[in-house]
Formats: sequence, structure tokens, C-alpha cells
Amino acid sequence: MKARVHVMLKDGVLDPQGAAVKHALGALGFDGVDGVRQGKVIELDLADGTSEAQVGEMCEKLLANTVIESYRIEVL
Amino acid sequence: MKAAVIQFPGSNCDRDMAVALEKSGADVTTVWHKDAALPKGVDLVAIPGGFSFGDYLRCGAIAANSPVCNAVVDHANAGGYVLGVCNGFQILTETGLLPGALLRNAGLKYICRTVGLKIETSNSAYTEGYTAGVEIGVPIAHHDGNYFADDATIAQLKGDDRVAFTYTDNPNGSRGDIAGILSENRRVLGMMPHPERAFEDAHGNTDGQRLFAGLMAQLANA
Repeated sequence: MKARVHVMLKDGVLDPQGAAVKHALGALGFDGVDGVRQGKVIELDLADGTSEAQVGEMCEKLLANTVIESYRIEVL
Repeated sequence: MKAAVIQFPGSNCDRDMAVALEKSGADVTTVWHKDAALPKGVDLVAIPGGFSFGDYLRCGAIAANSPVCNAVVDHANAGGYVLGVCNGFQILTETGLLPGALLRNAGLKYICRTVGLKIETSNSAYTEGYTAGVEIGVPIAHHDGNYFADDATIAQLKGDDRVAFTYTDNPNGSRGDIAGILSENRRVLGMMPHPERAFEDAHGNTDGQRLFAGLMAQLANA
């Protein structure tokens, strides 16, 4: 089985990289981009039977820093 | 005073840290990240700067889960002293020994230069050699030094006099201009600037020397 973990900076945490991307899009002439948040996607190849709870534990312990980041698990 | 300097793959200030501690009179051992225990009788653990594990995933995240870091957390929880500089500060926040996190610099650039630091408190082994309110110059060299914590945490740090240093001219967007913070028991210090790079005359600046001298004075009899 596979799982995909989406890690994003929490609302309220400044994302200077997202702000720079937004600025660059504007410079390229793409109007109407009101905001850009940049995160990361982590794909996991897992042994069959791995539970979503176990993936959650991986997120809490390593994959995300919950002080600044939120995560979303997608089981594929 | 017995000190241990931790080495991770990608640490690059470990030797500078060891030299500063040795020249201050400490008995220094370097400890590899795979060691699950610290040398017996260690008073101070120093986590040096660098790019542990290539900054993969997040700065300090993988180092914080290495075998030696479990021992460092135990050492701190038992009342031991821990100094984390630069990547060491990032690692300390990742272990949870210090609150908050270090984000990408607001200007997105790696910054390497001497900055002004204000001593916010002299109430710690690390800062007792300085006078609160005084300004010193210490080099920074980081890409992810933008200190972040939520409002309640920042208020608590300030209220408990746990902000050790602030930037006089904020270079990286840190909340509250915070450059270094102390743990609740004031024995764990994390700071982005490098006091070991402002230690001897050859560095052109010795403003960091008193941090080590203060530690030695406090721990000499420990």
C-alpha cells in the first residue's frame, strides 16, 4: 500500500517562500494570484496492513513539526 | 567541567566548539550521533552548528531523532546543561527541549555576518558574565534562523525572563527579535549566533568568550 502525506505550514505561520513564488507569478503576468502557500508531499511505500494511525504517528514523530506545520494523510 | 560535543554527519562547527570549550578549561569529549549514551559525568552537552543530515526534511529533524539525542534529552531532563548553537538550536526545538521552531529567513537568503545582540538577561550560567542590556557582536551563519512561536509562548518566554539574546537589527524575521532562549530551568540555551566564532583574538572579536567563561565558573564545582 501507499500513503501520501501533505505537510503545510499552519495558518498564521509566515511562509516567505510562498510569498516569493506569489511575487514571481505576478512578475510573469499572472494576475489574480491572491496567495501562495508552499508545502511538501511525502509518499510512503508501506507494508500491507499498515494503519492510518501508524502513519499519523510517523507524522507526529518526524514527518511534520506540529509547532509550525499541519499534515494530511491520504491512503492510496 | 566535563563537556561533550555532539557530532552529526554534516556538523561543521564541532571543532570550533570543542576548541572554545577546551581553551576555557573544559575537559572535552566528542560524541558520535550513533552513540546511545553520553560519557559518564558530563556536565555540559554542546550541540554545534552545521547542516546535520543535510538539513533533509527540516533542519535538525533527523538529528533530533538520533540515538545520541535521546541521551541528550535525558541529560537535560535530569537537570544537565545543554548549549545548542545554530543547527544545535534547531535540533533543540525539534527535540522539544526548547519551544518554538526556526523557519526559513524572512528574506529567503543565507546570511553570514556579525550581528548586534542585546543581552536580555544575565540570569543564567551562559549570560551571567554579561550585563543585561549590553550589546555585543556575534557572527550568524544561517538560512533558517527565523524564530517562530505562537503568541502565548512568546509572552511566556518574555514573562519568565527566558529570552537570552535579541537582535539589535533583526536580520531574519525572528518574532520578538529573538536570537536565543533558555529552558524553564535556565540550563538549556539555544541560540542562532555563534559565540565560538567570537572567542579569540584571531577571530577579530572576543565577545563570545564570556559565555564560555560564565559556564566554566558555574560548572567548575559541579
